[in-house]
Amino acid sequence: MLDLRRFTGREMRISDKLIEFNWGFLLLLAAIASIGFAMLYSVADGSFSPWALRQMIRFAVGAGVLLVVAMIDLRLWMQLAYPIYGVALALVAAVDIFGVTGMGAQRWLDVGPIQLQPSEIMKIALLLALARYFHGLTLEEVSRLRNLVIPLLIIIIPVGLVVKQPDLGTAILLTASGAVIFFAAGLRWRYFIISGAAVLAAVPIVWSRLHDYQRNRVFTFLDPERDPMGAGYHILQSKIALGSGGVFGKGFMQGTQSHLNFLPEKHTDFIFTMLGEELGLVGGLLLLSLYFIVLMFSLNVSLDCRNQFGRLLSLGVSVTFFFYVFINTAMVMGLLPVVGVPLPLVSYGGTSMLSLMFAFGLLMSVYIHRNQEIPRGPSAFW
Amino acid sequence: MGQIQGRDGSRYKTFSRRAMLLGGAQGLAFVVLAGRMYYLQVLKTDEYTMLAEENRVNVRLLAPLRGNIVDRYGTPLATNRQNYRAVLIPEQTPDIDATLDKLSRIVAISDYDRRKIMRDVKRLPRFFPITVAEDLTWDQFAQVNINEPDLAGVAPDVGETRNYHYGAELAHVIGYVSPVSESDIDKAGGDEPLLRLPGFRTGKLGIEKKYDAELRGVAGASHVEVNAYGRVIRELSKDPGKPGEEVVLTLDMAVQKAAWERLEGQSASAVVMDIRNGDVMAFVSTPAYDPSQFNMGYGEKAYKALLNDPYLPLVNKAIAGLYPPGSTFKTVVAVGAVEAGVDPEQRVFCSGSYRLGNHDFHCWKKGGHGSMNMHDAIKHSCDVFFYDTAKRMGIDAIEATAKKFGLGQAYDFDVPGEKMGVVPGRDWKLATQGTSWQQGETVITGIGQGFVLTNPLQLAVMTSRLANGGYAVKPRLVRAMGGSLVPQPKPLKMDVKDESLAVAMGGMNGVSNEIGGTAYRSRITEPGMALAGKTGTAQVRRISKAERDSGVIRNENLEWRQRDHALFIAFAPVQAPRYAISVVIEHGGSGSGAAAPVARDIMRAMLLRDPELQQAIDPSGAAARKIKES
Repeated sequence: MLDLRRFTGREMRISDKLIEFNWGFLLLLAAIASIGFAMLYSVADGSFSPWALRQMIRFAVGAGVLLVVAMIDLRLWMQLAYPIYGVALALVAAVDIFGVTGMGAQRWLDVGPIQLQPSEIMKIALLLALARYFHGLTLEEVSRLRNLVIPLLIIIIPVGLVVKQPDLGTAILLTASGAVIFFAAGLRWRYFIISGAAVLAAVPIVWSRLHDYQRNRVFTFLDPERDPMGAGYHILQSKIALGSGGVFGKGFMQGTQSHLNFLPEKHTDFIFTMLGEELGLVGGLLLLSLYFIVLMFSLNVSLDCRNQFGRLLSLGVSVTFFFYVFINTAMVMGLLPVVGVPLPLVSYGGTSMLSLMFAFGLLMSVYIHRNQEIPRGPSAFW
Repeated sequence: MGQIQGRDGSRYKTFSRRAMLLGGAQGLAFVVLAGRMYYLQVLKTDEYTMLAEENRVNVRLLAPLRGNIVDRYGTPLATNRQNYRAVLIPEQTPDIDATLDKLSRIVAISDYDRRKIMRDVKRLPRFFPITVAEDLTWDQFAQVNINEPDLAGVAPDVGETRNYHYGAELAHVIGYVSPVSESDIDKAGGDEPLLRLPGFRTGKLGIEKKYDAELRGVAGASHVEVNAYGRVIRELSKDPGKPGEEVVLTLDMAVQKAAWERLEGQSASAVVMDIRNGDVMAFVSTPAYDPSQFNMGYGEKAYKALLNDPYLPLVNKAIAGLYPPGSTFKTVVAVGAVEAGVDPEQRVFCSGSYRLGNHDFHCWKKGGHGSMNMHDAIKHSCDVFFYDTAKRMGIDAIEATAKKFGLGQAYDFDVPGEKMGVVPGRDWKLATQGTSWQQGETVITGIGQGFVLTNPLQLAVMTSRLANGGYAVKPRLVRAMGGSLVPQPKPLKMDVKDESLAVAMGGMNGVSNEIGGTAYRSRITEPGMALAGKTGTAQVRRISKAERDSGVIRNENLEWRQRDHALFIAFAPVQAPRYAISVVIEHGGSGSGAAAPVARDIMRAMLLRDPELQQAIDPSGAAARKIKES
């Protein structure tokens, strides 16, 4: 790999960065998104409106965002980590106060013409803040209890706010990606074992505080046939659609389950089911393979990076991405309860597309600045 | 990476190790996903493909066309016609009442209908179409079509419904079909999906009921692709089912009409039978009802009027009307007496009354008939002769003979609802009244009064068995079904001597064709068509001694309910008997005055319709045409 700085001793210019930028990766993302376009075209019975075209525009905008974010120096991102987190936290808190209620939960913030979903911003801000924090700690310092108070608060405060909305899915995602940063930073195993045990002990308490619809989802997950016309309907119909697709599928735009509306939410959360029905096992595995390549590339970015902030940040991005892919596909296959998690890059949706492309921009920034050594600094709050 | 120094080196190493671990976990998770997909899409694909098909494909039942009912010459009696209707699918309308209000601007919907609709709405699944208006005119139907977008949940629909070519004339033969009730569904075991089709009808009475299964046919099915909301996207395949079988009756509609017209306006019934095979050629009970109205739903008022009519239009009098046979019974008593050894030439002197113990039994003729042999006694319908004969032969012989001739029993006739009537005897009386048989009762049974009760069908059977040489024919109304003749066992010869029958038949000939016979005025004069009959006048009230002394009140001076029933039985042609008839006119007065002329006219119509007799007696066919036209 080219390491201009090593030979020239100068800072990278934009032109350098554009050369360093991994265009193949963007192409890979475009390939995945294209599968989404095709499915959205099929959902609309062979029409680019209302979904496919808008999704394409969003992807194009997202690609622009990605490029811009990637060009920004990683050290600047590191400096911006806490401020961004602060703003995100304020927005999440604002949702609790001013938020618009939608789908039985407060998740949106009306800002003039656009609806902002602060929890999406928080997902990235959390990674930035934690990566920033652990960048400043040695391996020995990481496992000192007093050094864990601040990162725990960084996680717990937004999680607490999100749970109140209530948005259990996002809360779990935030906690999980936070935990991954802790893990990657080198926190000792026993902490995970202890907190794992604590979580198990807390299950009954949490259960008693869950909303009925959340409990129902769990019940329905455990036994979808329990209520085939009601809550179990989605999972059952999704499994029928997938299973009836077989190895090669029913053919593009030929899915009966999806086109006759037996399948719910097929342009958003259940788009993978539609893919499986129309293009079969082959189509599904192709998409999963593309995702896997993205993940392995990201892992490689993390391993190649020469600064802890970049390593942690890129790993956080890729693992969060993995969570999305896994939770969504496992859900539509009936392996997980129905939680409102979109399939990244494929499901129709503006906010998730943009925040995802933003996150990949950060990943790409890490990639471009992988040889930038960043001193640990005097403290985590430098 | 070699330049990474000291303390940072260890945390980088830890990071790399753990990142690899996470990468491995992700790989594992993808293996799980791929495995799950393999399980769903390869191992279980057949099962899920079937479920997807079940989702997608709906089977819609197609009502089979109900079989036609025709008379013996193929005249259509009951067929099907197109029925334009409006159906309502409750789940497709937010407000059923508002929809019905809108619809009622096009078609009148009575409060009664509306209650019925709301009951169906509650009873049936929400996606099930309910018939809200039927038998629309073309204009109304077009209006429903045009306004469909405005009438949420209402859909125009074309079905087939029963078309009765004749109204009341055939009501008691064919019966009627009407919409399926809950109890019909229960009776079918609840699993006959056809019955749940909107607008489907089942036979409720008569031939329609008895042969409902054959007439109904087998439901077809249309496989349609539907979406998740049940809307039909397209038809995939269609099995038209099997239409119901055609039922050919033994009836001759021309004779049936002639009989109906002759009896209309009275509370009466008549049965005409072919004596050789039991084919019922005419079967009339007046008054009757309009079967199409039952099909479309009788109005509350009209139905109440039927229920309150003193002439009982809902009762099928030909099988469910029970009357004392009166003097018509003397024919059977005569046969029984000869069989029992009574000499038909032995004379009995009729003085006008007959004394048994300290009770006087009166003859209808005040002053008496004088000396009578059996022939004369039948001809003049002498009561005293038969009082005496009955006493001599005993009740057991009367009972046995009456039963032999088909009285006191049901024939499993093609029209359901037969009443058996009564042929009294010692055992019967002990069982039903708890007292032993009295000789006075034997005497009164001898003239067809007392306990004995018969229906007009039985009287026709009795006459047939008298006239056909003693063969135990059974009546039937259905000649063929589904294109093949209904097999008919040859009637058995009964244990009766021809001479005994000849005495009764000779007496009946005297009644009709000898001067002085009780029905001489009602004879058929055309050569080769003469009938031989027997009058009957069944008393429905007791005549007190005081009344008898001062002169029995004439029927015309009594109120309708108190008047005697008029009966007449006959067979014809007298030389070579082919047909038997029975006529009962409730409270019609005397058998000779009221029933005999009616029976003659019907019989005449019958004889003229007979293809063989026609050749012999009416080669030009002019007379027959005249009957048909009327």
